[in-house]
Amino acid sequence: MSLLEVRDLRVEFDTYGGVVRAARGVSFSLERGKTLAIVGESGSGKSVSVQALMGLIPMPPGRITGGSVLFNGKEILGLPAKAANSIRGKEIGMIFQDPMTSLNPTMTVGRQISETLRYHDGLDDAAARRAAIELLEKVQIPEAASRVDSYPFLFSGGMRQRVMIAMAIACRPALLIADEPTTALDVTVQDQILNLLQDLQRERQMSVILITHDLGVVARMADEVAVMYAGQIVETGDVRQIFARPAHPYTLGLQAARPPADERRREPLEPIEGAPPDLFHPPRGCAYYERCPWAMKVCEANDPPLWSINDSQSSRCWLHHEYGARRRPERLAHGALIPAQPDRP
Amino acid sequence: MNSEKLPGKGEDPGRPPPDGSARPPVLELRALQKYFSLERGRRLHAVDHVTLALAEREVVGLVGESGCGKSTLGKTVVGLLERSGGEVFYRGERLPQSYDANAFRKYGRRVHMIFQDPYSSLDPRMTVREIVAEGPRLHGLWKRNEVQDRVGYWLERVGLSRSFLSRYAHEFSGGQRQRIGIARALALEPDVVVCDEPISALDVSVQAQVVNLLAQLKDTMGLTLLFIAHDLSLIRYVSDRMAVMYLGQLVELGVANDVYFRAKHPYTQSLVASTPEADPEQARRRLPVAVRGEVSSPVDPKPGCRFAARCPHVMPRCRERDPDWIEAAPGHFVACYLYQP
Repeated sequence: MSLLEVRDLRVEFDTYGGVVRAARGVSFSLERGKTLAIVGESGSGKSVSVQALMGLIPMPPGRITGGSVLFNGKEILGLPAKAANSIRGKEIGMIFQDPMTSLNPTMTVGRQISETLRYHDGLDDAAARRAAIELLEKVQIPEAASRVDSYPFLFSGGMRQRVMIAMAIACRPALLIADEPTTALDVTVQDQILNLLQDLQRERQMSVILITHDLGVVARMADEVAVMYAGQIVETGDVRQIFARPAHPYTLGLQAARPPADERRREPLEPIEGAPPDLFHPPRGCAYYERCPWAMKVCEANDPPLWSINDSQSSRCWLHHEYGARRRPERLAHGALIPAQPDRP
Repeated sequence: MNSEKLPGKGEDPGRPPPDGSARPPVLELRALQKYFSLERGRRLHAVDHVTLALAEREVVGLVGESGCGKSTLGKTVVGLLERSGGEVFYRGERLPQSYDANAFRKYGRRVHMIFQDPYSSLDPRMTVREIVAEGPRLHGLWKRNEVQDRVGYWLERVGLSRSFLSRYAHEFSGGQRQRIGIARALALEPDVVVCDEPISALDVSVQAQVVNLLAQLKDTMGLTLLFIAHDLSLIRYVSDRMAVMYLGQLVELGVANDVYFRAKHPYTQSLVASTPEADPEQARRRLPVAVRGEVSSPVDPKPGCRFAARCPHVMPRCRERDPDWIEAAPGHFVACYLYQP
């Protein structure tokens, strides 16, 4: 049984401009001890999806209009507040992008770390403080015993992210959700934080959902990848497959748009032309239709289903239909890449 | 403390542009300094004796982590900040230390800037026409009756439609706003453009569009660019030469591919090693943490190499005196004692 099983999750927000369909049928699953990276651009629905499963969507204006989230086999979507609180922070920990604003500036870091332990595990103040010091050591904060009584403003960005990690892992969660944990950090500090996350994960057999827009971070951290576009997962699969044989044109586009890794310079890059669709009025057909170099007539009006490409990879694109494969224009290859096709006997 | 007597770094590394010294520099920074005074007489050394020359039509990339002073350097070069010391030359003319209205009229349009954040750098109460036409109007370049046509022309040059003229910035996506920002800067027909992280706020799929646009405009307009960013692989790709900045000082300068693929300075090496590659096999070959600790404070820095506190190769003399520039390979300069006899 998977640790986490998300099925057809749908989230909407009421805004002045109308209803935004932020997650439009998101499904994925995660095994114990594995890392799933959710990749996508801003507004693609990746943060909203994990906030929904944590019960962190503000309602109103948000609304979960469908789907199910099984955690350890139990439905956790739409739990009453009390039951949700017993899972959130205890069995599922979360770290956020911006360590500057997500810590409480008026509480010492020790107090913030031990808050979850006092709440969930009922530790008394002395035991909670000792535990906080151990956790600070665990996340490699020097002089933990004295830093435990400091306030967050005395910590640098990287240190604050370490404090966030200490808080998130305090109750030994089975699942850690990291929403752009290193986006606000410099690369040298990002490197340190990613190493720390990997060590903790290995040691504690945690599952991790890593939300990021950086393909480099994905390549380094993920076992599985889910690529999101306009509120849907358009491709999922094993990380090596996704990088070596991407199947969805959007995944290909993201890879082709990066500067080459060798010494070539100053040839024009291969951008994805246009911009993502407006989620007030999501398109009837494939959301990527407007920008896709392989777009066909069928794509305009019909939302493609998810095709299985091989045991570990699936993609939401009409090219994988047997007729799509027949007319696939190899000449239009995006860079050196062409979309991988389903294994057919 | 007299900043003029700070050791090292003040010297011009004596570098001709590696791709032909025949071309005279268009923009030259000599020992440029920008300090900010803090309380109790402390000083923040944001830009400390930076010497750099940009040849005609050259793209020089400036990389460094947040807080290293790269944006401050850009703003000082275009006159948005008053410099604390050193000199800036534009085509041999020394730019004034502080810009008054006359100086702005004279140099403001020749040396111009594109800003990082396409959300906060466009006035929400102005239409696209007003935004793009503001500079040329202040410089008296456009007659009233040609504004419509000229703005339309520039919108088309940056890949937008003429029909956007009367719209407001909030109606556009990040990528489109950055195009408007580019149109605004280029409508002045500048010579040198300082691009301060022009694509960092944009989504991956849109970044490549803007990079291509800048490259194409650079070629057709014959611009010289100082391209500031923290993304090493991108800077390598767009720049002729690349300069690496750490805590207000340049530590390495050379042909972009040399600096990226054959980095000399331990800081540059750690930056390159920390940048994860989009290749699972490569990225998983786990290396020891490239560099420990975090950037130290630029307030009243101690003498010696600024990177000494984090450097894996630190030696006693690194803490005594700033290393001088040395030409470690032809056209490839590094300020590090590892390469000094």
